[in-house]
Order: sequence, then structure tokens, then C-alpha cells
Amino acid sequence: MKTYDFVSAGSIRQALSREDASYLAGGTTLVDLMKLEVMTPAHVVDINSLPLRGIHCAPQGLRIGALERMADVAVHHEVAQRWSMVSTALALSASPQLRNMASIGGNLLQRTRCDYFRDVRMPCNKRKPGSGCPAVNGDNRMHAILGGSSACVATHASDLAVALVALDASIRLQDRHGERVIKLADFYRLPGDTPSVENQLRPGELITEVIVPACDWPQAYVKVRDRTSYEFPGLGGCGGRRALGRGAGRPHRGRRRGHPAVAVAGRGEGSAGQAGDRGELPGGGPHGGG
Amino acid sequence: MAESVSRRGFLGSAAAASVVGTVAVAPGRAWADSVPPDRIRLSVNGKAYEIDADPTVTLLDALRERLGLTGTKKGCDRGQCGACTVHVDGRRVVSCLTLAIACAGKKVVTIEGIADGDSLHPVQQAFVDCDGFQCGFCTSGQIMSAVEVVAQGAARSDEEIREAMSGNICRCGAYPNIVDAIKQCRGDH
Repeated sequence: MKTYDFVSAGSIRQALSREDASYLAGGTTLVDLMKLEVMTPAHVVDINSLPLRGIHCAPQGLRIGALERMADVAVHHEVAQRWSMVSTALALSASPQLRNMASIGGNLLQRTRCDYFRDVRMPCNKRKPGSGCPAVNGDNRMHAILGGSSACVATHASDLAVALVALDASIRLQDRHGERVIKLADFYRLPGDTPSVENQLRPGELITEVIVPACDWPQAYVKVRDRTSYEFPGLGGCGGRRALGRGAGRPHRGRRRGHPAVAVAGRGEGSAGQAGDRGELPGGGPHGGG
Repeated sequence: MAESVSRRGFLGSAAAASVVGTVAVAPGRAWADSVPPDRIRLSVNGKAYEIDADPTVTLLDALRERLGLTGTKKGCDRGQCGACTVHVDGRRVVSCLTLAIACAGKKVVTIEGIADGDSLHPVQQAFVDCDGFQCGFCTSGQIMSAVEVVAQGAARSDEEIREAMSGNICRCGAYPNIVDAIKQCRGDH
């Protein structure tokens, strides 16, 4: 691991004072990627003392502090009653230890599980812009069938993000200049020509809260994966309104109702980006159906 | 003679040399002002330690290499196998993805800290009674996870126990006996 300065922020203002810092919450992405030297921050700011906790259920919706842990949200009774898609997506994520550690905000900002991205000996346009994408013609069984580009076919690994996009959730962001609220569906970017830019987060900006509207329709989150437990999704899908994750560079949300929420997990070359935006699911790319 | 040059004894004495000493330290986050950048204060199994380590050192390496607490195992070292499971402030975590410096002011409990003197923890005893291990490499992590699973009490069926223990991999395949051990702790047997 490359060395870095480490400070523990005592206040949000203090945490936001460095634009070049990497923030440490649960550490399950950051520490992992620092060990692999995929991430090499010069400054790490521990934000776990910040007052960004709390699970607030109200008639108009749900608010979750960004530092709440996945495990605590997953077992929250009222969340399970009214936003079961969130509970299910969290309960199906990672392992119990990792759910005890990982924060909600960090979950939404986790990096792709693409093995080429995680291996610094390999080219990767996301990690090193312009170096190429071995996944396009390489070992891409777990890569995007929606929303990829010739520069990148990595997928977003979060189950929670898929559920939140289906629920039309927003996130509150804060930097030293102020706050803003943005729809999660608008937060994530497709890779296009600049896969290293994954979302709308600005340097020195923190997710402080997740805001989920009330939901009065039946919900389900379905995850397709190689093992029945402790595995990243091959495909994640939500019923009710539809969002489709992991098979894609970002969570996609269908625009028409009444169609099946989940298609079979298939591999493809990531050239089917527009299909997701039309609310249609391709049967798989040229290598499809695997 | 042979005992005096055992592998663990040799490694243990090497590790001991890097332990700066144990001091009574009040938990809290004021450490940042009072501890030099290469020193980290930890509370492990009820004892306060101050170790010589930079901010990149994981809790796992601090426990094993600095404090000589080798009961916690390094398996994959990337958060996937669960062999390094310990408790931080009462919650099981993987110590390989936990920075030691981020544990300042928190209470760390390892496999060495759960027995009551010579009396094994009920979960340890259950693993012995049920043969809940074969080679034993994953066992300390399995037990630390099982302690939380038993304490929470939410996992009732065999299937639920397996899911609750899914963060701990056993390559020998002792899973059925591990499930039995957890059921024994609940008084099912």
C-alpha cells in the first residue's frame, strides 16, 4: 500500500476542507483498492465520527444518513415493511461482516468489480484513461449488457443502487460551497468515452443522506448470481417499477410498466446501451444468453 | 531445545520486539493530538496497547505482527474469506479491510479474548463438541462470526444459519458441523 496522511475529521466542515482527500467510511472499497494500489490517495480522511447517521421513516418517505451501515438498514423493521426492495437488496449484498462495515454512502460509490480494473498490471480506461479496455474482447462474462461503450464495459456492482433507482430516490451532496440534492438515476454516468468519470460527485464532495419517496406499490428485488450467497450480482432487477443493475454500467430504469422486470443474465459486448433507456431488455449480445 | 526454536516461538519473539509496550489509555479520539503519526493506540481484549505502525497497517497485521495475537488468521487478505474476522465495538468485521488507525478508541475483541480464563466460550466449546473444524485455519474466524450469530438469535433454520455464516469460507467443508455447533449453543441439542 502506498503511504498517505491520515486524519480523523471532527466535523463536516473539517472533512470538506480538503478537496484532494479520499474519505474513509467502512473502508471495504477504499482499503481493498489501496492494497491493490488501484487507489493511491495522498490523504485519507476518516469520516466515521461525523453526524451522518439516522434512519428516519415518515409518511412522505425515508431518509438514511450516509454513514448508516448496510446491516442496520437491512434489518430496520419499518424499512423492511415499506421499502422491502431496499432491505432485500442490502440483505443479498456482500457478507455479514462486510454489511456490518460498509456504509450506505460508500455502497453507492463502490467501484466496479471488473478484474481488469482491479489489476494494475492491465490496461484500463477507467483506471488509466486512454490505456485501453481488455474486457471488451476479454473475459467479460460479468460485464455490461446495457450501457457499455467501446472504451469500457464495466458494471456497477451495487445492489442497493438498483433498488434506489427503481424507487426514484435522491441523494443529498455537500461540499464546502453548500448542498445539493440529485436524483440517483441522474447521478451515475454511462462510460462513453470517459469511463474514469463514473458519477456527478465533485472533488471534496460527500454524500450525506439518501432520500427515498414513499412507495405504495408492491416491490421485489431479484438477484441472479453464480452462488446463492455472498456473491456480486450477475444481474439485479426490481419489480413494480423496473430498474436493472449489475448487467449495466449504471442502474437502468425501465419506462413502461407491466413488463417482466428481470431477463436472463446474458453477456454481451456492451453495445446495447440505448435499449435500456427504451425500457427494453436485449436477449444478449453476440455472445448472449450465457 | 526443540521447544525453544519452534516457529511460533521464534515469530512471537520477533513480534514482541516491535511492541512498544502496554500503557493505560482512555479510549477516545483525542489520540490524533497526542500520539505521533507512526504510533497507534488500540484496545484489544480489554488491554490498552500503543504500537509502532503507520496509517497503512491493517488491524489484521497489527494484531498478528505487532501484538503477537496470531489466533486471527490471514487467508485471502482481501475481505472474501472471513478467516480474519474479529469484533470491533461488538460487531464482527474483517480485520484485513480495517485500518488499525481507524480503530483508535474502539474495543477490539479477537479469538484470544472470548474465553473466561480456562473456561472456553460456549461457542468455542460447541465447535469442539461438534467437530466444527478440520484443519482449523478458518476456525477462529468461524467462531467470531458464530458468536455474533448466536447473540443475535435471528438465524433459526439451518438455511438461515448457513446464510448468516456465509462470510466465512471453510475449504475443508466442515459446514454441517459448524451449523450443529451453532444449534448446540442455542440449546437445540
